[in-house]
Amino acid sequence: MRLEVIARPSPLRLIGFPAIALGLTVLFGSSLALLAGANPFQTLGLILRGAAGSQFALLETLNRATPLIFTGLAVAVAFRAKLWNIGAEAQLYAGALMAVLLGTGALGWPSGLLLPAMAGAAMLAGALVLLGPALLKTKLGVDEVVTTLLFNFIMLLFISMLLEGPLKDPMGMGWPQSSRLVPEARLPRIVEGLRLHWGFGLALIAAVVVWVIQSRTTLGYEMRAVGQNKQAAEFAGIPVGRVIVKTALLSGGLAALGGFSEVAGLRGNLTLDLSPGFGYTGIIVAMLALLNPIGVVISAIFVAGVFVGADSMSRAAGVPTYIANIMLATALLTMVLAIALTRFRVRWD
Amino acid sequence: MGEILEILLSASFWAAVIRIASPLIFATMGELICERAGVLNLGIEGIMVVGAFAGWMTVYSGGGLWTGVLVAMLAGMLFGLLHGTLTVPFGLSQHVVGLGITLLATASAYFAYRLALPRVTTPPRIEAFQPLPIPILSELPLIGPALFNQTPLTYLAFALVGVVSFVLFRTPLGLAIRAAGENPAAVAAQGLSVTALRMGAVMVGSGLMAVGGAFLTMSAFNSFFFEMVNGRGWICIALVVFGAWMPGKALLGAVLFGMFDALQIRLQQTSIGADMPYQIFLMMPFVLSILALVIMSRRASVPAALMVPFNKGER
Repeated sequence: MRLEVIARPSPLRLIGFPAIALGLTVLFGSSLALLAGANPFQTLGLILRGAAGSQFALLETLNRATPLIFTGLAVAVAFRAKLWNIGAEAQLYAGALMAVLLGTGALGWPSGLLLPAMAGAAMLAGALVLLGPALLKTKLGVDEVVTTLLFNFIMLLFISMLLEGPLKDPMGMGWPQSSRLVPEARLPRIVEGLRLHWGFGLALIAAVVVWVIQSRTTLGYEMRAVGQNKQAAEFAGIPVGRVIVKTALLSGGLAALGGFSEVAGLRGNLTLDLSPGFGYTGIIVAMLALLNPIGVVISAIFVAGVFVGADSMSRAAGVPTYIANIMLATALLTMVLAIALTRFRVRWD
Repeated sequence: MGEILEILLSASFWAAVIRIASPLIFATMGELICERAGVLNLGIEGIMVVGAFAGWMTVYSGGGLWTGVLVAMLAGMLFGLLHGTLTVPFGLSQHVVGLGITLLATASAYFAYRLALPRVTTPPRIEAFQPLPIPILSELPLIGPALFNQTPLTYLAFALVGVVSFVLFRTPLGLAIRAAGENPAAVAAQGLSVTALRMGAVMVGSGLMAVGGAFLTMSAFNSFFFEMVNGRGWICIALVVFGAWMPGKALLGAVLFGMFDALQIRLQQTSIGADMPYQIFLMMPFVLSILALVIMSRRASVPAALMVPFNKGER
């Protein structure tokens, strides 16, 4: 078989294949529920209700979507320039670390100064974490996939070391956790009384800013050019190495903001279970959004909904919560195939 | 220094080195075969989890040890088939598909584990592979216990390196596989199917990765628990680069890695370890892998068509 490019795909093709992908994902999820001895319709219903069935559920989903928007944007920005940043997890923790370092009483500043300082420091730290692998890639040709992946493990051990050492909360009853942030260092809630913090607002702003950078600035154009064809970009006089480094700084900074927002908006302190793999899930979020920053917001909410819904379904129906990860991985694989099939025709000869 | 010397001269240290290297050898050979054919397989981490689970589960539910290895391998090949189908004929991004396979495989194994054992807190143990001393040779000082008093799977791992090396460099099939990773158009011009070669390599490679995972549950820890693969798959990808895509050198890399890992475990218990946070020691394997990549980066021996999809009739 071979693939043939379709010059002008029909609307049926453009909608049909992604719809089939989504259908297959739901079908596969249902059969897993069946395998676990549960009623598939009831299971899917429970996931839906758990994700968006009440005001509480919906806000929970948006809260869970917040770090995913940041890591999704980080991945989208990097992948667009073909910089394979699989280290959003490490960058997120770097941001969380800065939030804790500045926000637990080291600076006696008012909120209006302290929060921007924490966010800025977080972005800087995240950018620096990705700068290493980016420079290794551009200067020495070391593959960034492996280095960023390995960095995730190093960073988590580093955080663990700090939480059991200098950053350990003296009031923490021996648990490896940091001290709590001072009240001035907490992100306020968007509406008083509702459990949704300003981290979500910040995530929306970040998505718009990334969209502006990508579609309205020279840097955005250069990032796209480097991603599409490095040789051609170089030939056209684009400083490829510098563009990759800039992309890395932006990507790392975005992921780190997710860590800042989780600590300052939701948790109030730093623990080792701050992220249940937000960095890796960010890859799914970004791919489902076709690397579009505004799409990232929608797909992050969808992905968060699946997780939150599956958690609540698992408690009620007894289907292991890992069904969420399976369905999302299936969605990712079927969707990349579906997108390819909208652009190519399969010829059997 | 004296403490380090004492460790290096103990037979149990060298036995541990080989034991730690064994699963890495299987998985590294698997990845090497995939990459030689031109496909980067980032599904390795998840496929190892699946292998670990499938092998353990088979034995736990009453199957034989070798049946467990076979089941693990078949499970790995199944995910290899999925990876190959998406990346070879359809030419999808090997990065995205590989990571997707890792997520899918890991979640599937965890889901199945929770389904089989809903309320278990301490992972049940199985009667795993036992050391099989080789007569006379196992009596040798230092080398004996290290090389000749291991479980059958370790012997298999070392034999595998020879087999992979022979097939890749001494047979027409090996030549075709390597050519698929260097110059697929030339392979197609010879009337061979690049798709079939690459698919086959990915499936066999994924099967070997799963056996590497199965080693963990069937020859090392004797039970299955979450996060047990713990980045070993990613380290194997680094080992392939370190070994410059040559089976022998990759084996050397795996043994070197085993040495450092065994050393850091033992150093934790010495006076050096008492003064240092244990996380520093646990970081070493990952730091070393990155260092190895940096040192080896100047050698340009990457298969020329690695990560380049081949579409017949396109130029």
